[in-house]
Amino acid sequence: MTSGTAVADVHPQNPAPPRRRRRERGREATLAWAFLAPSVAVFALFLAYPLGRTVYLSMHGNDIIGRPNRFVGLSHFAEMATPEFGGVLLTTLLFTLGVVVPGVVGALVVVLLLEGVIRGQRLLRGAFALPFAFSVASASVIFSVFYSPGNSVLNGILYRFGLDQVPWLTSQEMALWSVCITTVWMNLGYGVLVLAAGIGSIPKEVNEAARIDGATGVRLAWDVTVPMLGPQLFFLIVISTINALQSFGQIHILTGGGPVGSTTTLVYSIYQYAFAYGTSDFGRASAQALVLLVVVLVCTAIQFGVLERKVHYA
Amino acid sequence: MSAASVLGSAPSGARNPDPRRTTRTGRRYDLGHVLGRVLLYLMLAALLVPVLFPVYYVFAGALMEPRELSSFPPQLAPTGLHPDNLLGALNAVPLLRMYTNSLVMAGIITVSQLLTSALAAYAFVFLRFRGSAVVFALFLSTLMIPGEATFIPNYLTLSGWGLSNTYAGLVLPFLAYAFGTFLLRQSFRQFPRELYDAARMDGMGHLRFLWTILLPLSKPALTAVGMYVFITSWNMYFWPLIITRSTEMQTLQIGLNSLKTGEAANPGLLLAGAALSVIPTLALVIFGQRFIVRGLTAGAVK
Repeated sequence: MTSGTAVADVHPQNPAPPRRRRRERGREATLAWAFLAPSVAVFALFLAYPLGRTVYLSMHGNDIIGRPNRFVGLSHFAEMATPEFGGVLLTTLLFTLGVVVPGVVGALVVVLLLEGVIRGQRLLRGAFALPFAFSVASASVIFSVFYSPGNSVLNGILYRFGLDQVPWLTSQEMALWSVCITTVWMNLGYGVLVLAAGIGSIPKEVNEAARIDGATGVRLAWDVTVPMLGPQLFFLIVISTINALQSFGQIHILTGGGPVGSTTTLVYSIYQYAFAYGTSDFGRASAQALVLLVVVLVCTAIQFGVLERKVHYA
Repeated sequence: MSAASVLGSAPSGARNPDPRRTTRTGRRYDLGHVLGRVLLYLMLAALLVPVLFPVYYVFAGALMEPRELSSFPPQLAPTGLHPDNLLGALNAVPLLRMYTNSLVMAGIITVSQLLTSALAAYAFVFLRFRGSAVVFALFLSTLMIPGEATFIPNYLTLSGWGLSNTYAGLVLPFLAYAFGTFLLRQSFRQFPRELYDAARMDGMGHLRFLWTILLPLSKPALTAVGMYVFITSWNMYFWPLIITRSTEMQTLQIGLNSLKTGEAANPGLLLAGAALSVIPTLALVIFGQRFIVRGLTAGAVK
């Protein structure tokens, strides 16, 4: 209460005998826990408990239908020291880089170019944001038609321009990049929306001052706008990395992890062990799920530690 | 990172008049300026074409005749509006049933997350209790757990309860999520304290205050959360894939994959199915963009 009017006289800031206040506090705390209870119940049952159970499963071998039947200690983790699993991690790394770098750079270029547009800027931004509406499944299905070896739409376009055909999903070298292209397309709209929101929040005076100092075009964008976008770029890089590490649908629909495992990322490997071969190897899958958890947490921590220091907060 | 710095204001490029306009009034258009603008629009067009082409082609292809799609090089525009692919897709898998499944699943998850988030956010903002800050930090930390790390035990739990291949199995793990709590907490904190004090003084209970005053006044934030949750759950893939078995219980997204692996991997059916599946979320993105931006960018703390 700012002014000492009649309201302040009856306001429970000071009056109320201590016992009554304590009882009220108790009631408030009870109510608070009642309000938190539904969320806490869901988190406990479907987040905390599963994490514990994943640890348990990762240290157990299982029978053919996935029931844990023997303690194996850390041997599932020791088994990961193979070229196969190294390959899975390398694929995950390449996929993440192939999605995050072009995705963030592309979104940045789009919003910077849009800044130069005077009329129709909103409409254009909306057009760039459209892919955000597409689910993993719908985007992957569309690109499967684009890539299909039989009558590939993309190869058709290349053919019209007299260019060579590309073995989009059939070559081991190309398949991962084709999945990356699909993912970048899906995520671009999200990046554009996030960065556009950031540009909208840059104080006008900053741009005007820079212009008075003679900064225009590319100089203005690179020296003024990009540093001011620090928080949004940082956020976008973190979120894109986490999303890339968890990508599943596009791999499941486009390549099924192939050809010859060339698109089997960590998440896809977890899926294959747990659900794909009909063997329900929940033990090995859980061990890999823990690796995924650690990778995600470490990536987040590194990015917060390294990147955040370089971010300019307006 | 403070959310406020990223939330900032909604994108307002069009509303803030471009400063160049004011400085340009006295300036003559020289050749360099014109060339610069031409270059700018050329670059934008070069980026926009590949972004929009799949959006265009999914609808164009859905309306093509099957043989138009199977020619090489494939045609880029339909000769007319042919419903064959759309009808074919509806017959190949129970697409309408899957539509219903997706709608029920996303609807239940959205309503439930709005309710659980509003209650939790209310506790964090308006109720004093010991450990409030710690509990909130724990809530936020749940956002860092990748779903894939919990899917196997959740699958085992729900199968154990006999709930695999049911709506309950589809939605139970997602009935609450800290993201909504976080966003609504931000919004509730901006609620004028005087109004709250006045309502309490009049003897209004917490639940009634929440329901009749706070929530109606928080519609923008609720819409932002609701749209975000609806789109993400409508688009879910991994969980529905493992928890459903029969085509009658599969969601639309899984149905799309069934179209691909089905007996005739027909590009026309695939595009028709994708086109039908994307219409609701496309409408949300086109007509609700400012709410979606709010939901997306507020996740900055995630």
